[in-house]
Amino acid sequence: MKLARSAPECNAGALRHFRAAVRDRGGGHLARTPWWNAVQAPSRGRSFRSGRLAFALLGTLMLVACRGPNPAADLVIINGAEPETLDPALMTGQADLRVGLAVFEGLTRFNPTNAAPTPGLAERWEVSPDGLTYTFHLRSHAVWSTGEPITADDVVYSWRRVLHPATASEYAGLLFYVKNGEAFNTGAIQDPAQVGAAALDARTVRVELQNPTPFFLDLCGTPTLAVVPRQTIERHGDRWLSARPVPASGAYCLEAWRVNDRIRLRKNPRYWDAANTRSEIVDLLPCVNANTALNLYTSGAADVVWDKNLVPGELLDVLLRRPDFHSYPVLGTYFLRFNVTRAPFHDPRVRAAFALAVDKRRIVDKITRGGEQIASAYTPPGVPGYDAPVGLSLDPGRARDLMAQAGFPGGRRFPACDYLCDTTSRLHEQIAIELQAMWERELGVRVTLRKMEWKTFLVAQRDLAYDLCRSSWIGDYNDPNTFLDMFMSHNGNNRTGWKCEPYDRLLREANAQLDPARRLALLREAETLLVREAAPIVPLYFYAGLEYYDADRIHGIFANVRAEHPLRAIWKSPPAGRPLAQP
Amino acid sequence: MTAYVLKRLAFVGPLLVVISFLAFVLLRLAPGGPFDKERVPASPEIEKALRARYHLDEPLGQQYLRYVGLWWEKREPGGWRRVNGGLIVGDFGPSLKYRDHSVNDIIAQALPVSLSLGALAFCLATGLGIPLGFHTAVRKGHWDEYAGSLLALLVICIPALVVGPILVMVLALKWQWFPVALWGGPWHAVLPTLTLGLYFAGRIARLMREGMLGVLPSEFITAARAKGLSETAILLRHAFRLAVLPVVSYSGPLLADLLTGSFVVESLFQIPGIGVFLVNSALSRDYPMVVGLVVLYAVLLLLLNLIVDVAYGLLDPRVSYE
Repeated sequence: MKLARSAPECNAGALRHFRAAVRDRGGGHLARTPWWNAVQAPSRGRSFRSGRLAFALLGTLMLVACRGPNPAADLVIINGAEPETLDPALMTGQADLRVGLAVFEGLTRFNPTNAAPTPGLAERWEVSPDGLTYTFHLRSHAVWSTGEPITADDVVYSWRRVLHPATASEYAGLLFYVKNGEAFNTGAIQDPAQVGAAALDARTVRVELQNPTPFFLDLCGTPTLAVVPRQTIERHGDRWLSARPVPASGAYCLEAWRVNDRIRLRKNPRYWDAANTRSEIVDLLPCVNANTALNLYTSGAADVVWDKNLVPGELLDVLLRRPDFHSYPVLGTYFLRFNVTRAPFHDPRVRAAFALAVDKRRIVDKITRGGEQIASAYTPPGVPGYDAPVGLSLDPGRARDLMAQAGFPGGRRFPACDYLCDTTSRLHEQIAIELQAMWERELGVRVTLRKMEWKTFLVAQRDLAYDLCRSSWIGDYNDPNTFLDMFMSHNGNNRTGWKCEPYDRLLREANAQLDPARRLALLREAETLLVREAAPIVPLYFYAGLEYYDADRIHGIFANVRAEHPLRAIWKSPPAGRPLAQP
Repeated sequence: MTAYVLKRLAFVGPLLVVISFLAFVLLRLAPGGPFDKERVPASPEIEKALRARYHLDEPLGQQYLRYVGLWWEKREPGGWRRVNGGLIVGDFGPSLKYRDHSVNDIIAQALPVSLSLGALAFCLATGLGIPLGFHTAVRKGHWDEYAGSLLALLVICIPALVVGPILVMVLALKWQWFPVALWGGPWHAVLPTLTLGLYFAGRIARLMREGMLGVLPSEFITAARAKGLSETAILLRHAFRLAVLPVVSYSGPLLADLLTGSFVVESLFQIPGIGVFLVNSALSRDYPMVVGLVVLYAVLLLLLNLIVDVAYGLLDPRVSYE
């Protein structure tokens, strides 16, 4: 580009304009009219036409981009974040799992009231006396939504697919309880036939387990172990969920999925229990902004919001008093990890002192405020038959004694240390500040706060590049093992550096145990080590599930510790009297 | 002119190589990867399989060449073969966060939404901003100048994060004129367009006003007045044409910005556009998605800037391309 700034040229240009203007308008008869009347400028016709063209183009673009849902859904649910995947073998997030379970069912399915595993695609099963062999009998009328029968081969295929290294399933670990599952996944054995799941005939699956696994029926209900359509997957590869139709084994068919817009599910008329599927069309909307979710709900555009992150924190105190906000305990724990490989937290007395100085009650009352229960032990209540041990709770006097014994009376000579938290939620920072104040007040130590972006935080945690860090864990199945096995010495989720041979032995022993009472007693012993004696962690509180929906109109959602709400049971009754405001 | 345009277009290719390489490398310098989650898989082999599945275990240079599509692999039947897809055939690869979708899938679904919202906001910004700026310049010293300038300043000062919720509260929740969020019919587009466009309307009004105030004292305007040309013709046909130039040069990057979506407005109104992906994919270390969107943004920016420069040549007689 070259700017020619010589004056004659500039004036020549201006004169050219000027002459053109004089020619067009023929003089100055508009001299006294203000400029806005002159919209009837010479080129009006042309610009009007091009304006119309632009509008037409824009209109077309909008029509293309704004295809509204048609027909309206019978139930609209705000499901949280956009699902990362709807492939049951790959999914890990709750938003994904809830959709996944509606479309793909496993051998068992969850009871909507208490999330206990009940017969799903398998109508019954036998367990061998040693608890190692399960024989599942599939329902004779279980068919795909496309009409083909669901066979034992489909089950075996689905499980082998999860375990196959090429599938790269992050949750393949749920099938490590099956004999040779881990060996096949890690490549130690190549022959899938050696995996302990076999089709005896078209309707019988025999499963051999590595250990008696009392929660195996629970696992059979998870999406990871759900039955997926072999033909479609083999034909379409990675993009099989974009194929239409996707054969469904569950109560709903995936009708449409527009990324970050909506997922539309339609009742699967061939589902074995279709008579009890309550809603015909269900829309699941992604939403991560709590205010937007609340607005959608308030305006009537959504019926149910079932993600606890979608309750605006600032309004929590007001909202929780409303009858349509429901809070209930779930299987999740918010806790702190100590890095036990570094001084001063290599000393169990210091760890215990830090745990004893925390006023957990204050954290749930002042900060989280969502009906959370304070955590004494690590395993949340709600596991049948399991009585978690009593952990370390507020006792500043004892905390100070322990600090003195460890060589830090009144916090003197205590080395500088960091509390690491991530920036995914402001809650973590608020809790950190509160903890900082508690430790300073009770123990006289100063802990610096270090905030990190999520992935950076995870790497720091994994590499033990921290002193103290915030953590959380959600149970995969309803058993203490899902909380306790992660702190075994070589578990990748340990991330505290805590290695304890007696703990490992107790867990191994427990998981080889046939007698459930004896097993739970061993697990309790292990957990006592974890939360009382060695204390590489400080459990702060147990999560609460937080959902909002009008219980007078929305039926079939029940509070249970797994926050499991099978879609098939949920329905909306017609408005009683007052019509719902529709935008 | 044609030679100039061709010369500029010839630079697009090499520039894209540089941009894509930088995006590719910079993101990998950030700690953590797409598969780092709070829950580590049950065995390290699973993580290894995941990384192998998406070729994250290869050397960085090889990964980049594979991404571009200039990598040859030895296959059993038929010897060496080029890897499938790649940037050179317009394939941005699979998304590592949304594993059922390719980056192209997501762009194909989300970009049209952002394009239409961006175009609407752009129309609103220019449609309001240009007349407002023009008017406040022409009416210098009158009450409507002060009112207009104040208005422009106001919409610039209040961020979308505040304007959006206020609009929703009043127009959607209180008066129920418009839907509170989501993307469906033309009504759904009104509030997001206002939220997105008002700020830029203010910016454009100020640019337009500055432009007019700069042009009005020029010699050629005096000459036009001396010739007895109507005030309207002077303002609209002569002054406007030069005064709008700052707006035109601002429009290029603005349009590129608007068309690729806005994180704030899209998350505020739960609009399935591309803007949220642009931000979130970096946070989730979705490497192919980030590079794909950066390349897309770069192409838009380069093309729109070219269009702006061409428009300059048409509007400003002082500018010539040789």
